[in-house]
Amino acid sequence: MKIKEVDVAVVGAGSAGLSAAYQAASAGAKVLVLDENHRPGGQLFKQIHKFFGSRAHQAGTRGFVIGQHLLDRVQESGAEVWLDTLVYGMQKDCALGVIHEGQHWVVKAKKVIVATGAKENYLAFPGSTLPGVMGAGAAQTMINVNRVLPGQRVLMLGSGNVGLIVSYQLMQAGAEVVALVEAAPNIGGYGVHAGKIRRAGVPVYVSHTIKEIRGKDQVEQVEIVQVDSKFQPVPGTEQVFDVDTVCLAVGLNPMTELIWMAGCEFCFIPAFGGHVPLHDENMETTVPGLYVAGDVTGVEEASSAMEEGNLAGVSAAQALGLLTQEEAEAKKGEIRARLDILRSGMFGEKRRTAKLSQLKSMEEYQLKKGGAV
Amino acid sequence: MRIVEHPILDELDTSKKVTIYCDGQPIEALEGEPVASALMNAGIRSFRTTQKRKEKRGIFCAIGRCTDCMMIVDGVPNTRTCVTIVRDGMQVKTQEGLGSFEEKKGEDK
Repeated sequence: MKIKEVDVAVVGAGSAGLSAAYQAASAGAKVLVLDENHRPGGQLFKQIHKFFGSRAHQAGTRGFVIGQHLLDRVQESGAEVWLDTLVYGMQKDCALGVIHEGQHWVVKAKKVIVATGAKENYLAFPGSTLPGVMGAGAAQTMINVNRVLPGQRVLMLGSGNVGLIVSYQLMQAGAEVVALVEAAPNIGGYGVHAGKIRRAGVPVYVSHTIKEIRGKDQVEQVEIVQVDSKFQPVPGTEQVFDVDTVCLAVGLNPMTELIWMAGCEFCFIPAFGGHVPLHDENMETTVPGLYVAGDVTGVEEASSAMEEGNLAGVSAAQALGLLTQEEAEAKKGEIRARLDILRSGMFGEKRRTAKLSQLKSMEEYQLKKGGAV
Repeated sequence: MRIVEHPILDELDTSKKVTIYCDGQPIEALEGEPVASALMNAGIRSFRTTQKRKEKRGIFCAIGRCTDCMMIVDGVPNTRTCVTIVRDGMQVKTQEGLGSFEEKKGEDK
């Protein structure tokens, strides 16, 4: 077993992790980024649509271009990146158990930033395990990263931004989207995305859900049914579509396994996808020296993840004495202002409220503990 | 089916090919892609069967989290094919139930 000692270890080379690594390394910290994947960038490289927000959020730029910029910046900053590297555990002192190039390592870092992201939710119904049923994000990875079409005729369940965007991107890749099904009475995602798929002629069935998927060894047919105001099926409203693929876009949940191991305190916020770690305004958790950033702190979107990564990276560098208080506060002020904008408006408000309640839970925890952590 | 031309992304470079074997059948793959993507391109959708009910399973998450796409790869069972990159001559087998390392016997590398 080998030992690697660094100032800052970052778990996850996605939007948040790369941003954190860039900030910490730019301030002069010795940074090591660990990621299980063959390529860095997390889920950024499958985002081929243009991002929202203002110019400060790189709005109007496609996700994979933002990803490339981020990679370039990290490379210039001098942070080391280990790919094909599995982080299988974390001890109470935040030492990381790592398998890198077939060898076991213990990575000891003065500060650890966990940016492990989120995974897709699953929904159980008859036939939901048949080959051909997959996460919408999985289909997006297949078409935009691996460049393989998962099927010719697709039904999408869920009309949040993921469901809307992936439906459109499936069409760009050459598939036919036969229907978009949503249990709620309204479309969940942005109007601009919904408009695109409506103009493309995709029928949208709100107040509907999947009753059953049929097929011998794979998806052949899907039956949908209308639901009433209590989400109960309305008999006699069934419709059947011949499809080879069904995509589930029914939300995501944070991948918090590592931070549970470290003994972090959590709270439960449904709007963030479930149990999320308590953290303060510097992204530090209840375990001193352990920071979190991005979807693992609550499912939002890539721009917020990058800003949280920036915040964690600056905070870690400050705690290491690499930035003066004035330098750090100036940077953090700018980052927090950008985060506030991302968490505003009709869609951002819910996330802003959720984040405030998460920060409040942290304050309560600290008070109970008797002062600052 | 490969997505070669795309309205947003560059044309796919299909020049570097390797061959993998799925249950003995040769399958053309692109260098650097995951096993699952090569199999999906070849029209293979069932990757394993479950231990109790022998039900077929395929790709669900495609990012190495759900373990639905596990197969026996070069003799190693429970290999997540969506995050395992192809290698020329790689032997991939449909996994029945929990799989077994015994599959390694008689494998020619």
